[in-house]
Amino acid sequence: MEPHILTRMADGSLTEMTRSEMRADLEAGVDEAVRRAKVDPLAGDELDHLLDIFASSSRFTAVDIGDEVMLSFDGTGAAQFDRIGGLLLYEQCLASDSLELFHQDYSYKAVKTLVPHEQMAMKEAQERLTIPVHYGSQPDLGRYSEPDGPCPNWSTLLPELRIEEARAAQEQAMDLATADMVHVAEALWEAGADGVNFDTAGAAGDADLLATLRAVETLRARHPDMGIMVGMAAERVLGTHGELEFHSTRVAGQWPAGQQRLVEQAGATIFGPAVNVNTGRSLAWNTSRALALVKPCAAQARVPVHMNVGMGVGGVPMNTVLAVDAVSRVSRATVEILRLDGL
Amino acid sequence: MPVAHGVAAGMGGMRAAGDLVARLQMARGMRLVEAKTYVACKLGVGVRDLSDCVAMQEVRADLGLGRILEGEAPHPFDPSPMEAKANIARLIDLPINSVERLRARGLS
Repeated sequence: MEPHILTRMADGSLTEMTRSEMRADLEAGVDEAVRRAKVDPLAGDELDHLLDIFASSSRFTAVDIGDEVMLSFDGTGAAQFDRIGGLLLYEQCLASDSLELFHQDYSYKAVKTLVPHEQMAMKEAQERLTIPVHYGSQPDLGRYSEPDGPCPNWSTLLPELRIEEARAAQEQAMDLATADMVHVAEALWEAGADGVNFDTAGAAGDADLLATLRAVETLRARHPDMGIMVGMAAERVLGTHGELEFHSTRVAGQWPAGQQRLVEQAGATIFGPAVNVNTGRSLAWNTSRALALVKPCAAQARVPVHMNVGMGVGGVPMNTVLAVDAVSRVSRATVEILRLDGL
Repeated sequence: MPVAHGVAAGMGGMRAAGDLVARLQMARGMRLVEAKTYVACKLGVGVRDLSDCVAMQEVRADLGLGRILEGEAPHPFDPSPMEAKANIARLIDLPINSVERLRARGLS
């Protein structure tokens, strides 16, 4: 009888599988990616390597010495400290490669109203820290719709089949969001930031991503030395508008490789693909699916690719308290299979 | 989670040379191999040394690039963060925004 191995589901809970069951899950995850996104499957030796990583009984695993990659973050800091103290903790105690200063109301629209305070915090961060510190927030297009914003709410218009009104509302929101993102990014750049991060881009669909791409394009033209990171919200861009294009490429429906081409074209320096987890499936299934979806990026990218491997993305379980056995397996698998530039 | 990722796959930040490679990726959009090679060449070390905290602490001390504060081995005459960043900018030939802003205010 095949021995059982301790592993985890993507909600973080422990479970047991045999090596054969785990291999079947790895293959099923890849099959799901191939079927949905029409990507190439992972090679047989790559699946063998993943099986060795995930079927190991060790509590922790890591890449080989010399194969380390750059780590970029969103939302660095700690609830136990003030904001700058939290960044120092990450720099001095966690040995982070770079950091993000952020506001709890993680939205460019919200930050715009208190941007002088964020500039002060960035200036202090730059004076107290040596490693790169960027500013990050979300495009968060939904905030521009009623009742939180000035635009008609396309989420209520669409079910009523008022398609043209919904599209017009999103176009109106896009213009406002792009202006806010550019305003905040330039303000933080003036305060000494090493760059900006547009996090969970596309969360509200194709209009959300297009607003971000336009902001990136504007910032790149005005500030050639600005670091610009775009981290995605999901593996596929929802077509909440459906007809939007960026330089003649339809934004809706793009998978990671297509998203990456758009982000590069806009002028970003780091692209962060995101693949959401299915909490009802195993760690192995989710990771192999994520790796198959993102693999085309690594091959074609001209700028660094930092895969999102935070809570609930990239195979990492959806749980506020994450086990190191799960995180380290995803970390190692991602680096060794995809040969990415960072996480 | 940041601890697990950092130990499993990170370059070690200021303990090693992760922050320098990060600067090239962020500001120049250099991919990992290119950025590591560039930094190693500028520092006069091997690529593998970049994530070796023992080797890099000596290099960082010699070149004034800033080091982790260690309670058991204080180094009170190390450069401040802004001084360290000015040294980093000069060494890797990359303008650092906060250093440029400081210079623009008349300090060098």
